[in-house]
Amino acid sequence: MKTVTYMQAFNEAIDEEMARDKTVFALGEDVGQFWGNALGEYKGLAAKYGAERLRQTPISETAIVGAAIGAAATGLRPIAVVMFSDFLGVPMDEILNQLTKMRYMFGGIIKLPMVITSYSGAGFQAAAQHSKNMEGLFMTIPGLKIVSPATPYDVKGLMKSAIRDDNPVLFLLRSVLLAGGLKGEIPEEEYTIPLGRADIKREGKDVTVVAIGTMVHRALACANKLEAEKGISVEVVDLRTVIPLDKETIINSVKKTNKLVIMDEEPKTGSVAAEIAAIVAEEAFDSLDAPIKRVCAPDTPVPFSPVLEKFWMPDEENLAKAIEEIV
Amino acid sequence: MDKTKLMSMYELMVRIRTFEERVRKEFAAGNIGGFIHLYSGEEATAVGVCSAIRKDDYIISTHRGHGHVIAKGGKTDRMMAELYGKITGYNKGKGGSMHIADVELGILGANGIVGAGITIINGAALSAQMRGTDQVCACFFSDGASNTTRFHEGINLASIWKLPVVFVIENNGYAESTPVTYSTNIKNLAERACAYGIPGVTVDGNDVMAVYEAAKEAVERARRKEGPTLLECKTYRYHGHFEGDMQEYKPKEEVEEWLKKDPIPRFASKLINDKVATESELKEIDKRLEQEIEDAVKFAVESPYPDVSETFEDVWA
Repeated sequence: MKTVTYMQAFNEAIDEEMARDKTVFALGEDVGQFWGNALGEYKGLAAKYGAERLRQTPISETAIVGAAIGAAATGLRPIAVVMFSDFLGVPMDEILNQLTKMRYMFGGIIKLPMVITSYSGAGFQAAAQHSKNMEGLFMTIPGLKIVSPATPYDVKGLMKSAIRDDNPVLFLLRSVLLAGGLKGEIPEEEYTIPLGRADIKREGKDVTVVAIGTMVHRALACANKLEAEKGISVEVVDLRTVIPLDKETIINSVKKTNKLVIMDEEPKTGSVAAEIAAIVAEEAFDSLDAPIKRVCAPDTPVPFSPVLEKFWMPDEENLAKAIEEIV
Repeated sequence: MDKTKLMSMYELMVRIRTFEERVRKEFAAGNIGGFIHLYSGEEATAVGVCSAIRKDDYIISTHRGHGHVIAKGGKTDRMMAELYGKITGYNKGKGGSMHIADVELGILGANGIVGAGITIINGAALSAQMRGTDQVCACFFSDGASNTTRFHEGINLASIWKLPVVFVIENNGYAESTPVTYSTNIKNLAERACAYGIPGVTVDGNDVMAVYEAAKEAVERARRKEGPTLLECKTYRYHGHFEGDMQEYKPKEEVEEWLKKDPIPRFASKLINDKVATESELKEIDKRLEQEIEDAVKFAVESPYPDVSETFEDVWA
């Protein structure tokens, strides 16, 4: 094993896949030589693979995603780099009407093996247009896989699988983990993680917390504290992939603990948390010993002021309160 | 140009017209559902451009796409079956009129979103460039699409990367009910090419030879890796934006003026005057195509609908 940052793990995934497969290339606003995208996760790759394969574009999100679709439909494996996931609103038609519908409406005659990478999430005072999570919005569009990794290990293994997948994948990198230098262990040798499998990050028996992205770390911190201070045993399930959704792991965990709290950084309405709550209510209602709780952000855009942003993001205290209400 | 090629261009134009007029009847009779956007009147554009490219070149079409599919070699029976929503259609009846695609024929799809093909074709062209082939791409869109955001983003990107694309504006006078004279402030839409440093060419879109010659030059330029061209073909949409649109917004004199410039009799006269074909030879083609479309309808009617289990297929590869 070796210790790397969240950013290094991502960079290694791209590096290894570009070395392995000549059809893999990335295109985006600053993916080239100087920046390696706004936060630098593609840095060094242009020097290694050239400007053809780390292809700098004008600031044209519509053209970037559109070109990736055409390239994917004709035999390449593009990675379309759209800096912050709030900007996905710009090429929304390309995602909503082209990328995710083409295979279906053409009766399955094409494959679209492409990945869109984007920064996601609040927590560093980037304000409303550089902070939004998008999983809930995009999970309503059939035909798009959605990955949202929380650790360096998961970033690398899932990104390699995303590149090799024959379907469109939206890969949401957490800005705070990327820019904050989160570290973790990864194997020296090559590995991949299949899309569609949640990961139990911490075993527990009193309550299940399903979390995603940055919230996984907050859930783990909260679980350790509750165990030490109050003897409450919390199982933390990291969703990792939103689509395909690993219902089995969630339901099995709920059957074990009989209680569920979902921690999601998105506003509550129409969120991933809403979907998971509905699934468990539909399919595992009899296993529940208490109402399902959702710990989510308020239904507002992300505010700038540090005090407001801190209040906006769900944290350990919010989660502890929700857990203690049902345990 | 040899006789075979000229005759094939005539045949393609008549195939499009015959198909379209029959689709119109089938729709009116309630045999076809959804939206139908007919191409009649614009045949010279699709045929002129598609006759200038190769079988392995790519095209992307529009919501008014039947003409492009036929011009690129699409089979009318499978198209008709698609319009009928049958499993034997090009896309198993899952796409319908607005979404016919056939990758083997290089048709990367007709598109129901105005202008959406402009950025996607760049990807196909980039892929040809990166794979080291000399394939060229033609992207059909309309005067309406030339006012959308992707027109700027797409053509700008193609121009800086010197992508092998011919961007074909089919200026048929109207975007839904809005005349091009209202929606744009310039006389020729091809003038916009100067903003991207690429050639912009305006031709009579009802003259198939003029379209062919201009497209040929643009295709050769693309194949020489000199980058994209913006080709504007001025033509006219005979029928409404969709079937059922009464076209109250069109002045009667304008319609009459354009009918006089119908691309098919015009090309027929040229073939006869140039002694390429006789009237009876052309009539023979017309008759054969009537039969072909009759057979296409029969094929569509007799084909089965998809099984409902198809609903769940083709979401994932």
